[in-house]
Amino acid sequence: MNVNVKQTSLQSATRGLVRGGETLKEHRDRLMAATKSTGRYAGLTKLDLREAEPILYNKLFSRLRAGVVDARETAKKIAASPIVEQEGELCFTLYNAAGDSILTSTGIIIHVGTMGAAIKYMIENNWEANPGIADKDIFCNNDSLIGNVHPCDIHTIVPIFWEGELIGWVGGVTHVIDTGSVGPGSMSTGQVQRFGDGYSITCRKIGANDELFRDWLHESQRMVRTTRYWMLDERTRVAGCHMIRKLVEEVIAEEGIEAYWKFAYEAVEHGRLGLQARIKAMTIPGTYRQVGFVDVPYNHDDVRVPSDFAKIDTIMHAPCEMTIRKDGTWRLDFEGASRWGWHTYNAHQVSFTSGIWVMMTQTLIPSEMINDGAAYGTEFRLPKGTWMNPDDRRVAFSYSWHFLVSAWTALWRGLSRSYFGRGYLEEVNAGNANTSNWLQGGGFNQYDEIHAVNSFECAANGTGATAVQDGLSHAAAIWNPEGDMGDMEIWELAEPLIYLGRQIKASSGGSGKYRGGCGFESLRLVWNAKDWTMFFMGNGHISSDWGLMGGYPAASGYRFAAHDTGLKDLIASGAPIPLGGDVDPENPTWDAMLPKARIKRDKQAITTEEMFSDYDLYLNTMRGGPGFGDPLDREPAKVAEDLNGGYILERFAGDVYGVVVKKGADGLYVADLPATEAARAQMRKARIAKSVPTTEWMKGEREKILAKDASTQVRQMFAASFKLGPKFERDFRSFWNLPESWILTEEEIGVPTYGSRYSMDLSELPDVHTVQLVEE
Amino acid sequence: MAYTRSKIEDLVEGKIDADTLHQMLSTPKDPERFETYVEILQERVPWDDKIILPLGPKLYIVQQKVSKKWTVRCECGHDFCGWQDNWKLHARVHVRDTPEKMEEIYPRLMAPTPTWQVIREYFCGECGTLHDVEAPTPWYPVIRDFEPDIDAFYSEWLGLKVPERADG
Repeated sequence: MNVNVKQTSLQSATRGLVRGGETLKEHRDRLMAATKSTGRYAGLTKLDLREAEPILYNKLFSRLRAGVVDARETAKKIAASPIVEQEGELCFTLYNAAGDSILTSTGIIIHVGTMGAAIKYMIENNWEANPGIADKDIFCNNDSLIGNVHPCDIHTIVPIFWEGELIGWVGGVTHVIDTGSVGPGSMSTGQVQRFGDGYSITCRKIGANDELFRDWLHESQRMVRTTRYWMLDERTRVAGCHMIRKLVEEVIAEEGIEAYWKFAYEAVEHGRLGLQARIKAMTIPGTYRQVGFVDVPYNHDDVRVPSDFAKIDTIMHAPCEMTIRKDGTWRLDFEGASRWGWHTYNAHQVSFTSGIWVMMTQTLIPSEMINDGAAYGTEFRLPKGTWMNPDDRRVAFSYSWHFLVSAWTALWRGLSRSYFGRGYLEEVNAGNANTSNWLQGGGFNQYDEIHAVNSFECAANGTGATAVQDGLSHAAAIWNPEGDMGDMEIWELAEPLIYLGRQIKASSGGSGKYRGGCGFESLRLVWNAKDWTMFFMGNGHISSDWGLMGGYPAASGYRFAAHDTGLKDLIASGAPIPLGGDVDPENPTWDAMLPKARIKRDKQAITTEEMFSDYDLYLNTMRGGPGFGDPLDREPAKVAEDLNGGYILERFAGDVYGVVVKKGADGLYVADLPATEAARAQMRKARIAKSVPTTEWMKGEREKILAKDASTQVRQMFAASFKLGPKFERDFRSFWNLPESWILTEEEIGVPTYGSRYSMDLSELPDVHTVQLVEE
Repeated sequence: MAYTRSKIEDLVEGKIDADTLHQMLSTPKDPERFETYVEILQERVPWDDKIILPLGPKLYIVQQKVSKKWTVRCECGHDFCGWQDNWKLHARVHVRDTPEKMEEIYPRLMAPTPTWQVIREYFCGECGTLHDVEAPTPWYPVIRDFEPDIDAFYSEWLGLKVPERADG
């Protein structure tokens, strides 16, 4: 098998679009059949071009890769939205004719697979016949039911032709600031079904002859709140796609179509082989188990949803069994994951699997060769009906990242166990931060325009500790390896919110021998806004990022908001006002400065649209990363440095790290080493005294389970996971040695169970052929 | 590429220089790392039973010198269990399941809420070392986090002889 043009097609009655005359569907079917029968992408048992002409192969790769990165860097300057221009929330990917990615730019590379899923959807549903695919067409997609992450990621897809035949595709994506959903902001929370997620576009042809259709321009801009950003973002994507198309044409003109065509398929198999080689070079064969959780606290007054059945507290559950086989292949099985829910945090199977590569490029495959080869080299099992593979076409997706980041963080731990065992300590990472807080909202802004905001400050969370050093503070977000917190001055231009402070969030990183990086906090004052609302999102009751090998989880989040603050008068009178950070939330200093204010200071870190007026306050707190190793093994001087730098609160130097400090004449803390040694010896003894043998503790926990003694949300989570994950239930029963008479169902808990028994998948609609890329 | 033994020692001690660390992260892995690493660790533990696989900063799978039994061992010398058991079931545990216990280690409002999530600390019963922290919901089974295929790792991936094992 090779992917050379299929000569028989040349004689067929209906000539297809693809080079050689196959239809797109015939081409993809042939490739997939060969992949299945040989275990190698497109049946490529040999990489002809790479083996015969390695220099040409590498030249093609380097030139094309540099070109897509260049297109991203150039095109992003067209955008006005700070999300794209400041944060770099865009990405361009080059695909072969079958919609498999060959290479991708930097940026939000979760989309290496999502735009490919859209191309595959067009192929499987015969877009070739209707609406037709021609040279210089432009398509747009943001449909999360066919693989997009969330509706605010808008794809522009352009086919690439050579001498009248289709030879590939290029896709560009930007994260837009508003999609016209129920609430303003790109990742709103108020809706509980997809119909409230905003404008949804399914692979629509929006232009021909390199020109956007007028009806599209008129319709699309009025579907969203932030019209100007929307239109400039689209020009960003179109410009980048056209730059890359031109590059491909130039490369073919110089190197020949045969070489390019071979490269377009061999690169994918090369990517698959590359992953396998890296797995063998870096990990240890075996079975790894880990789990992720995050809270959905919807049974609260400040979560205003349209449907009673959505007003319940639930927990996202993502257990993962990772099997690394001795041949370097691997499998990720999410048996036991919880069901999708009536909120906006669900994810399509493609965003779940494609997104994992964002993480893997930061660890297992930190190369430029990011393409669908890695996906073909990985077996995923995502049970149908779970939040990561929903079985209902009503589900909402607008902030799928809330679940995605909380599920993937567990994978770091599994991989890190293997890196640690092999001595590749430099690769160990305790996990990523929960990438929040999100501050969103809208109304009329300081320029008297209808506006929406989504502060991307959380592109700079703390990172996890490694096995050799602390995590980075206020540095990165898992979904964008080049994340940036953005300049305050730019955010103040983009949002009617003034900064009263921006500083490190003390004790937000998880403790450990090596500490998780800290997040930061920004105190924002509403200013010059009209009819303004805001809402917030992040983890509160649950810290999704566990520590590793004795390190502690990162801190979880909370809410501080103040209304009717009286700040106008306080400022006029010269009285002290809140500035800087909410350093120690147990001993707050701001609240007393605002005697008349209505203050919300609690664990409700997810809210829906709430009215805010000028002089109201909100504290945007960014999360830290988890820690590594026993905190009692942390070098005492490092703890003193943490205090001096504001990375931890003073009481935790002793309570967590067992470090006794004293203040020098210069006002700086130094560690008292003999006193620390004594304190730590005492703490080790205290640990033994206060702990019990695990088997003893298990007896008591089992009694609680038998009595069904747990909160509603915990029982609901287990009941939902049992229903979708029979093996998970069997393992649970076996571990706790539960009698057969012990049964836990959602129905008995007394909370609404809409969606648990009746569902209808997109694939059940007439004339719709969905693309399944995982085991279900 | 290969690194000198002293660079790997620096790495183990958390004192690796930034340039070498960057090189380690950005270039292909050195296949001989495992042997050097284990050799360094072996010299630092207070016992002379052979380290088969490091599981954590102070936790190992070891081959007992005389019996050739493989066990999970704390750096202090305490054996938790056989290498194929979940060592956490043989450890001591302290569960933080109240706001008071959470606030010993997190600022108020920045700790998990115990009706949603608890923190389970697994200690060595002899020296009090904290080997692992779990943060699941209440009721969650103790996680068996790693079952290495040591035979394949040694013989097929590293080309090393699998050390003798009494349990076959």
